[in-house]
Amino acid sequence: MSVRTAPATPSAPAARPAGPRRLPGRPGRRPGRDRRRSGGRPRTPLLSRAVANSLLIVVTFYMVAPITWLVVAGTKSTEDLFGRPGFEFGEFNLFGNIAAVWQWDGGAYPRWYLNSVVYSLFGSLAGTFISMLAGYAFDKYDFRGKEKLFGFVLAGVLLPATVMALPMYLLFSKVGLVNTYWAVLIPGLAHPFGVYLARVFSQGYVPAEVLEAARMDGAGELRIFFRVALPMLAPGFVTIFLFSFTTSWNNFFLPMVMLSDHELYPVTLGLFTWNTVAAQSPEFYRLAITGSLLAIVPLIVAFVMLQRFWRSGLTAGAVK
Amino acid sequence: MVKAATAARRRRLTAAAFLAPFLVLFVVAMVAPVGYTIWMSLFREQSNGGLGFGGAERVFVGLDNYVRAVSDRGFRSGFANLAIYCVIYIPLMLGGALALALLLDTALVRARRFFQLALFLPHAVPGLIAAIIWLYLYTPGLSPIVDLLADGGLAWNFFDPDTVVISVVNMAAWQWTGYNVIIFYAALQAVPREVLEASAIDGAGSVTTALRVKVPMIRSAVVLTTLFTVVGSIQLFTEPRVVQLKAQGMDSAWSPVLYIYRAAFTEHDYGLAAAASLLLAGLAGGLSYAVTKFGNRTRKGALA
Repeated sequence: MSVRTAPATPSAPAARPAGPRRLPGRPGRRPGRDRRRSGGRPRTPLLSRAVANSLLIVVTFYMVAPITWLVVAGTKSTEDLFGRPGFEFGEFNLFGNIAAVWQWDGGAYPRWYLNSVVYSLFGSLAGTFISMLAGYAFDKYDFRGKEKLFGFVLAGVLLPATVMALPMYLLFSKVGLVNTYWAVLIPGLAHPFGVYLARVFSQGYVPAEVLEAARMDGAGELRIFFRVALPMLAPGFVTIFLFSFTTSWNNFFLPMVMLSDHELYPVTLGLFTWNTVAAQSPEFYRLAITGSLLAIVPLIVAFVMLQRFWRSGLTAGAVK
Repeated sequence: MVKAATAARRRRLTAAAFLAPFLVLFVVAMVAPVGYTIWMSLFREQSNGGLGFGGAERVFVGLDNYVRAVSDRGFRSGFANLAIYCVIYIPLMLGGALALALLLDTALVRARRFFQLALFLPHAVPGLIAAIIWLYLYTPGLSPIVDLLADGGLAWNFFDPDTVVISVVNMAAWQWTGYNVIIFYAALQAVPREVLEASAIDGAGSVTTALRVKVPMIRSAVVLTTLFTVVGSIQLFTEPRVVQLKAQGMDSAWSPVLYIYRAAFTEHDYGLAAAASLLLAGLAGGLSYAVTKFGNRTRKGALA
């Protein structure tokens, strides 16, 4: 297919989604060292450099210390948890803790984990695809009232999600959706900010000429979207997916409102229940701590590995 | 001619087909709930006992639910707590994030990527889990911090109902500061280099350049993050809900969303909950409008 010969396919996924048009002066500029040399400023005094760096180190400690504490606490037995200072390792009991978390109540935790994966993974894949379609349509097609509709959708970004949960609960209970997977999945699929990002990405990544060329070749609109536009939008897809994934993985209020069956809980809600009990029976601390640790490890790994994607998403959202 | 017309028609149809899935969900998950809340807020539901939806009786009460909400002390004190929270949290978090981003953008700092990643790390932790971690770090016996403070002669009770707002602010600041640093830093990267060079040639020091040149140039990023922070703060729920697990004496309706939750799911007073929700959404809308208006007032030469 000749439409495949797209002239401007961004090869590096790390490319700026907003396109160079929006970010004047950015391409090729490595900040920092270059600027210092070319700025013609006198070399910065040692003192202010020391102050600046120590300040950042203190803040970094504040950010990292709680996570470090969780890692250390996750390796401790209940006695050591209360008997030893917070950052001091006790007897290494991580695997015992993991086993306890895994086996509690016949495997409730792995079940919650799986539920979270279902809500976040499938919900976000579907939601991102839907946002992509809509954002692409907003960017590449013209119809009456387009900008008004887009503005209306954008206003949805500002609508407090917690405020929507109660009416949605009542509406869903009328149609029998409360306390099902759908009750948590459906609200997560409508993602106005995703549509906004998708439109920005579509502007930056998919040149109109390529679509015109594809039309000349007689390709249908659907085929053009799937075979031409979507591959070009792949980095944007990942970014929106990440946003939507973290939103749903973090979601706590909505499942709390919608679900009463423990079997359907996501990890967050399950951990919250363990904490509610921990006040009475301290052995739950060990479960809740190790359970929290297990829940954040994949997220942190994913974030570190996929840095450039969320970074480009944040940039697209901010420089507007 | 005919061919062109059919092509245009086909394209309009395609656009409609592409938009349809999103718009249907948008209506289901946002438009319909808003409409239903408005309708619900005008009625009073007298539910018979705990679970019966079927046995509920619905009486039209006009604006009575709004009057009840506003005249309810619990609702007002929830707003008072929220106001104190916002006044401390928003300037502290956004100001701190801006300062850190400016610091990262100066020539003073090395290892920028490392710092960015470290600052962003808390945002990878789900809000509930972040709140739980801090809950433990506030708990005497479990927490190294409480002991450390006590050793330093500053015995601090993180669960004191009078000062618990500080514990809540800290939880939120930990999660969101790094996120906003990254946004500000990304915007700072887009400031054209010539502008900074001109400023340096004019003899401006790095502090002057930061405050007089850089901050105004990333104004749109500041406005946007303020907007999201305000809307997010108004929905304060998870952090106080988690702190409540330990802080005896903390009001069960400590924040407006906690009030709404209690009204809806403990008291089954849906009309009151709906009215309170709309008042809150109205506040969110009003503040968003104010932030955008104020933010755009003197913004002329900023990025489009």
